[in-house]
Formats: sequence, structure tokens, C-alpha cells
Amino acid sequence: MSDPTIRVADRIDLLAAETSEGAQGLQSRSVTNTDELGREFGAVLRQSDLTLDPNDVDFDRRDDETMIINMGPAHPSTHGVLRLMLELDGEFVLRTKPIIGYLHTGMEKTGEVLSYVQGGTNVTRMDYLSPIANELGYSMAVEKLLSIEVPERAVWIRMLMAELNRIASHLVWMATNGMDLGATSMMIYGFRERELILAFFEKTAGLRLNLNYVRPGGVAADLPDGWEDDVLVICDTIYERTFEYDELLTGQPIFRGRMVGVAPISAEEALALGVTGPLLRSTGVPWDLRRSMPYLAYDQVEFDVIVGTYGDNFDRYAIRLNEIRESVRIVRQCLEKMPSGDYRSQDPKITPPPRARIDESMEALIHHFKLFTEGFHVPVGEVYSAIESPRGELGCYLVSDGGPKPYRLHVRAPSFVNLQAVPLLMRGGSVSDAITVISTVDPIMGEVDR
Amino acid sequence: MIPLPLTAPPGVVTSDVLASDLGCFPTLEQYFGLIAAFKAEDFEMCVDLCGVDYLEHLDRPLPEGVSGTRFEIVVNLLSLSKKLRVRVRVQAGNEDPEVPSLFTLYPGTEAMEREAFDLFGVIFTGHPDLTRILMPEDWEGHPLRKDYAVGKVPVQFKDTPGPR
Repeated sequence: MSDPTIRVADRIDLLAAETSEGAQGLQSRSVTNTDELGREFGAVLRQSDLTLDPNDVDFDRRDDETMIINMGPAHPSTHGVLRLMLELDGEFVLRTKPIIGYLHTGMEKTGEVLSYVQGGTNVTRMDYLSPIANELGYSMAVEKLLSIEVPERAVWIRMLMAELNRIASHLVWMATNGMDLGATSMMIYGFRERELILAFFEKTAGLRLNLNYVRPGGVAADLPDGWEDDVLVICDTIYERTFEYDELLTGQPIFRGRMVGVAPISAEEALALGVTGPLLRSTGVPWDLRRSMPYLAYDQVEFDVIVGTYGDNFDRYAIRLNEIRESVRIVRQCLEKMPSGDYRSQDPKITPPPRARIDESMEALIHHFKLFTEGFHVPVGEVYSAIESPRGELGCYLVSDGGPKPYRLHVRAPSFVNLQAVPLLMRGGSVSDAITVISTVDPIMGEVDR
Repeated sequence: MIPLPLTAPPGVVTSDVLASDLGCFPTLEQYFGLIAAFKAEDFEMCVDLCGVDYLEHLDRPLPEGVSGTRFEIVVNLLSLSKKLRVRVRVQAGNEDPEVPSLFTLYPGTEAMEREAFDLFGVIFTGHPDLTRILMPEDWEGHPLRKDYAVGKVPVQFKDTPGPR
């Protein structure tokens, strides 16, 4: 592509043309009208009367006083392929626009050509740090349409796995957040502890990351022998280690300096933007679907919903750290209360027969064949089912036309919506604060772009 | 089933779509007014907005008084104080669908409406920045439409001669 004879100055134009996002990008001031500029200053809360204080906006800046620079899509602290266009005045961020779609693989379209049986393998790849949450949201939507009951043990296994996954996801967040702030040792610790959980996942489901473990009708496999000991070790180790993180980060002056009071968001702004999860709870809104609209058996376990006060970076950090502890608490209760019984629905139309049955029973063979070629049919209807993923409300909107494949599969990805808060959070902060903002918003690009 | 807000436009068709959710089927004219009425009734958050292309199911079962069109916009509202969800399904039309933007009510719909525009080609009038969001700016067509075949374009990079 690049011709060595082209002068460097020309190459910059060429590069600009190649990487341009056109109208999706942040436009320079000379081509942005005052109205739009004013709205952008009120961040992507582009609403005219919500947060915009006219005194707060200086419209008089000329193009050569500010600079629009790119951050990403291959910047290490953007956690994937997020591209941010920042308008800077020296070190300070005036306007921000996130540009996404670099990881768009058409998963919602793919979902329409996969049967309900296969669908789990697709959705599990969306939010790759909390695959169980994705599968759970999807499976619950399918079960709601089928109107089937999941056995008690499957419910508790799901809850156990979902909470372990929440711990793993928050641990990765702690690790990468530490890395972004220069606390590189946290990176190693976070991933070390997560390894315990991934090893348990591998033992249970056979895979470490994209598990396809939670399936419509139950879970793929029963918990392995001796799982109680493994889970107990995980609980004890991680609970203890959270206090080490406390020591390492919470009281650390440099860490606090970059987190406390940085990038605050108010409850009104968060609600208006549709932000959910730790980001919403950091503003003091006690909204956690596990508590507010319980699913699975969350109404039978004790845990606290952690809320913040100021909505700043530090609150978001503290919420995630304490959610790890609360999740450990839930996991311990799952350990105590785990009922015995089936781990998946015994409806032969939905659950494939055990391998051994296929050799003996013609009926089982037929069911097996039907399930893995055509899949099961789901009654006509549409459903929205939401769960609390580590990042917020993960919804699954499913439309069925009575066939074996979803007619429309839409996933309401929490990261996708939460990302809208980024311009608001970054406004007026320095570039180094911008790094912490991306980190504490915790977008997972696989889920943002789907 | 919960009653509609008092300020809702008259004549909105409702039905119990599926357990727990109230389903409303406003016309295009009633749509904005209905959502505004819900917002006034403590529905603080617009959780989700997405499009559906019913190309193959134009005669799908809908409550009486609603005639299905090809495109449908589905809005999920959430009330934190009442712990309630409401689903609003608006029939957006068959050709060149156009729907009023909810941006002035819920700024959080900004990205969702851009996504629905990008993937379905539904125009949201009044949206401040209706550009593509997931697909590249020079993309042709709207991928989630049912007449847009899976795998139509093998792999896309700029300057790769494609079948288009």
C-alpha cells in the first residue's frame, strides 16, 4: 500500500484518509456548529437543557488552539479496540467521542442462523470476561419462551458459577486497573487469583473462557467430584487476598490521588444515560437486579448491595472490590445450600439424552439426532429477560417465530450503554485521568461491538 | 397488568405480551407522547431500544387494532422506584421507516438509536448525530435486515475489491 517514494508529508494525509471514520469521528470546531458544540460540551448528554451551563462553554476557541488526537484503537489502556477522539487544550480534555465497531463481528446476525442449542456458543463470546452471565441471560430468555422450569440444583449451580465468574471478572478489572495506574504488581496478583477460578471452570465445563456451560434447560454438566473442596479453597484464598489488595491499593497515596474525586458522575446523569452496574451504584443508587428483581435463587441468599456516594473513580473501585467479597459470601451459601437432584431439565425435547442411552433406546437416538440437527422448536413470542452481569444489566431480547432458530436475538450489552458516560466523565480532566476513566467504566469491547 | 399513565395519548393498544411486562403498541403519532407519559410516571431509565425486521412475518399475531409493518422498534423502559418494566413496540413502517427520536427524553438512547439506524436503516428524526456506529461509514446496506444475506460480503478491508 505505502509507496516509499511518497513524501512523509503526503503520507500523513494518506494515513488520515485511511483511518478516517468520516462523520462518526469527532469533528473540528470550524465545521461544528455552535449548537452541536454546546451539546457536545455537555458531553454526549447532548441534551440542550440537562447539564449544559452556557457560562461553562467557551465557543470562541479557534481550531488552532485545540488539538484533536486519537487514542486507540490499539492503545494498551483502552482494553481492546476502543478508539477515542479527544479534543485537547494542552493536557486537558475538552470533548471526547468514543468510536466503536472495530470488533463488530455481527454476532446478532449470526445468532439468527444458529439454532437455540448452538446459540450458547455464540453469546458466550460477547462479554468474554463473564461468559456465564451471557449464557445465563440467553438461556433464561429461551426458557421463558419455552415456559419450562429448571431443576433446583441447576439453579444453584448457575448461581454458583455466575458468582465465581463475577469474582473472576472483577479480578481482571482490578488487575488491568492496577496496570493502567502503574501498579503493575496488581496485574500479576489479579490474574493469579483468577487462575484458581478458571481452573475450576475447566474442571467443571471443560473450557476456561467461552464455556457454553449454562444451556437452555439447565447446565451442561454436573459439578465434578470434590467440587466443595475446590470452591472452599477459592473462597478462602480470594477473600483473604482482597485484604492484600486493600493494603496494596486502597490506602496508597498515589493510587488515591488518581482515583479519589476524579471523574465524578451524578445519579441523575447516570440514570439519564441508562448506565447500570457498578457505575450506577457508585452514584448511590442501590440498583442491583439480583436484589431488586431477583432471578435464580438470589432471594434465598444473603448479600449486601454495595453503593458509593460520590460516583467518582474511587467509589467504582471500592464497589468492585467489595463485590468480590459479597460474591464470596454468596458462593459460600451456595456451597451450604446446594440441593441434590438433576442438573438439567429431563424434558427429552430440550435436553439431549445421556450418551449411554443412545445405544439402548431408539427413542433416545431420535431425540439426539433431532436436537443436534434441527434443534428444538420454541413457541411464537418475544421476551426480554435481564440479569445483573458484572458490568450492569445484561438483557436478552428474543423473538421467536416458532422455528428452531431465533428470529431476532438482541443483547442489551451493559458496556455498550455505559460507554456513553465516557465523554461526560472525561470532560475537563487531564489525559492521564482519561486513562483511569476508561478503566473504571470497564467496557468490554467484545460486548460493545458484538 | 398495570394501567397506562393518565397522561398517555388516548387509544394506545396494550396487551400482556409475556408475564410481568406490560406491552404497549402505540402508533407512530402516539409513540413519543406515550414514552413521555411513562417518563413522567417514574420510568427513569430507557434500558433498551432495538429494531426488528419482520420481513418474513408481516402477518404475525398482534393485538386487535394493530397492523404489523415490516420494521418494529422495541423500547424497554424500567422504573427503579416501582420495580417495573414496560415494553413499547411501535410499528415503524414498511419502506424507509422513520421514528421520532427519544433523545430529548432519555439521552441514553443516543447510541442505541444509532445502532438501530446502522443495522436496520430506521431514521430517528430529531437525533443529534445519526451516523453509523458499528459499521464503517462507507458501508452499503443495513446488515440486520432480513434481505441482507449472511456472509454477503466475505471479508471487508478498505481497498479490497469486494463483490459490491
